[in-house]
Amino acid sequence: MSGRNLKALSTATVVILIIGFALAIFWAPLDADQGFKQKIFYLHVPLAIVALIGFIAGGVEGFRQLRSGDRRHDANSYVFIHLSIVFGVAVLVTGAIWAKASWGHWWVWEEPTLVSFLIVFLLYCTYYPFRYAIEDRDRQARYASVFAITAGAFVPLNFMAVRMAESIIHPRVFASAEGSLPGSMLFAFLVCLVGVGLLWLTLVKVELAGKQASGQVSRLRRALSTDGQSGSVGGRIAPEMEAG
Amino acid sequence: MTPSRTAFAALLGKDLRTEIRTMRSLPAMVLFAITTFIIFRYGLDRTTLSGSLAGGVLWTTLLFAAILGINRVFVSEQEEGGFDAFRLAPVDRTVLFTAKAAALFIYLSVLELIVVPTFAVFFLPQWSGLLPLILVLVGANLGFAALGTLISSMAVNSRARDLLVPLLLLPLVVPLMIAATGASAPLLEAGAPSYEEFGTWLLVMGLYDGIFCLVGYAVFEFLLED
Repeated sequence: MSGRNLKALSTATVVILIIGFALAIFWAPLDADQGFKQKIFYLHVPLAIVALIGFIAGGVEGFRQLRSGDRRHDANSYVFIHLSIVFGVAVLVTGAIWAKASWGHWWVWEEPTLVSFLIVFLLYCTYYPFRYAIEDRDRQARYASVFAITAGAFVPLNFMAVRMAESIIHPRVFASAEGSLPGSMLFAFLVCLVGVGLLWLTLVKVELAGKQASGQVSRLRRALSTDGQSGSVGGRIAPEMEAG
Repeated sequence: MTPSRTAFAALLGKDLRTEIRTMRSLPAMVLFAITTFIIFRYGLDRTTLSGSLAGGVLWTTLLFAAILGINRVFVSEQEEGGFDAFRLAPVDRTVLFTAKAAALFIYLSVLELIVVPTFAVFFLPQWSGLLPLILVLVGANLGFAALGTLISSMAVNSRARDLLVPLLLLPLVVPLMIAATGASAPLLEAGAPSYEEFGTWLLVMGLYDGIFCLVGYAVFEFLLED
């Protein structure tokens, strides 16, 4: 990833996010029930969608890592999951704010999507202690990939089970936000979704570039201190997966 | 290459024999479960339980007792070199997964054979819901066995084994617990047991079991490479 590409990507991210939020705030109509409070929907829902796609993409990368044994896929998987967890914190916070604003409670158990998201989030939080409890690098990559695949398969299953528990045990209190959105709301939402997706992608690229740089530095350092030992590394730029 | 069936029988037989001779997992699980009932009796301040409360107490207890067993599934292999021996053997790698999952399934069934009747004696006013409950127990055991074997093999080679098993397992079994409690609560209702949504929840459990059996079966060999 060259610096220029990254610059273009981050510029596009900022522009689209600003357009999206401007559309959401000034152009999209006010929600009939909830009024201005509902505007947080344009941030909360895209964040959640992008985070979930990131989790599943992390599983796909884990699968590719197991298939090929190529550590770059492991680095991708790690960065995807890492950033989705960061986005996940934002999802839970914005969700809590929305719940407080519209239903008067910081946490609403009757909202299955939010509960499912919390469970998924808690599962992925164990990725870090699990990953760093394994010392050997190759084994770490393989085990982390197995985790990513298992957790990726778990995400849709969990959403289904939690939703069923709600609809069977309690009647559905809140109609889902999708369904019959007016066109202008939908358009503003989609622009926000693209913006948040680009934000995620930019952060992924930054993280990966950082990992590559630190990998290169430590490889050069190794080559300088004991020349001759660097032969095993080869020319390929494999991201270093140091903690942190 | 030794046929998988022979290898499976040998591994499962070894595990069951070891358990019978050393009694390392099962007695601890049973004791833990029964003590937990006593804590619930005072924690909830109830002498009888029914409906979702009964389902919740039963499944929480079984889940935590299962975690005790899951923690130990691969410990002997790790400590006494069973993994190395297995890697040398000319057998399909996934046989270890199926054999360990089968052993875990048997442990859990034995555990429930003792603990569920105890639960009924302690708390349930009438026992007619226990017979259909067997189906729910089998469904949950399958899920615990597949996922527990997978998680246990992931955790056993890390530094924080005992910590990681519950940490990884608990969020992963939430859907299974939702389905198990959803199916058991109407069965344990005071009065006549009802079968409300019983089939749906069994179906969810079947789906869950199927997915995690497949995932475990597919990825297990990568956990054995060294």
